[in-house]
Amino acid sequence: MGIPLSWYLTLSAIMFSVGVAGVLLRRNVIVVFMCIELMLNSVNLTLVAFSSFLGDITGQVLVFFVMAVAAAEAAVGLAIVIALFRNKKTVNIDEINILKW
Amino acid sequence: MTPETLAFFFLAAFAVTTAVMMVLQRNPVMSAICLIGNFFALAAFYLLLRAQLLAVLQIVVYTGAIMVLVVFVIMLLNLGDEERLRERFSFSMGLVLALVAGFVAELATILFTAGNPPLRAELHPQAEAIGTVEGMGTAMFGKFLLPFEITSLLLLAAIVGAVVLAKKKA
Repeated sequence: MGIPLSWYLTLSAIMFSVGVAGVLLRRNVIVVFMCIELMLNSVNLTLVAFSSFLGDITGQVLVFFVMAVAAAEAAVGLAIVIALFRNKKTVNIDEINILKW
Repeated sequence: MTPETLAFFFLAAFAVTTAVMMVLQRNPVMSAICLIGNFFALAAFYLLLRAQLLAVLQIVVYTGAIMVLVVFVIMLLNLGDEERLRERFSFSMGLVLALVAGFVAELATILFTAGNPPLRAELHPQAEAIGTVEGMGTAMFGKFLLPFEITSLLLLAAIVGAVVLAKKKA
């Protein structure tokens, strides 16, 4: 008797929800960024769990691509944070509202 | 209770604790450290799921590259006055927490009722073979060759974009 698939899915759902709560509650743009990484990782766990339980490699290859996209996102996202901080001297997302009508 | 189940519970508790701590920490550096702990727990889960290559990549790429970049930016911005960023405890915060708690309860109910009798209690017999470097390499340079090559274009675009964005205006 091993670990059922539903345990992995439940854990992943809990971690994803914590990430969502972080994105909605925190005001520091870097912490919001890290919460998005947490959400990406919880979905990765789901993909790997399904891949291993169904014996299909596709899920793990998809996780590899998600990691590559996350690396690209980290580079561009943090560059945007630096550019914003240079212009507005803040990382508070409530004060970064120049795109808001 | 097998050692594997025990390891699962220990790691699950660790992963959820570090995730919650990350959201609750005031200091961004402490948040980053909690997230790194969470990534290590995830790497251990990948090992439990027999995905050896991804477990290594999780540590090398996420912890080694992405989180170092995040910590580097935190240091670079040198966020002195934490007090100015104090989050408000307001009605919206309670609403968010209630919605998230409801979402978790809903998902757990669905997963546990749908998983009765348990939704696949055993790993696929092939699971040990597919997660190796050989298995991943065969898939990546065979069936998924085109997406793999397109990834290199994406990374090139990200490099150029990051340099352009972070460059000082001339």
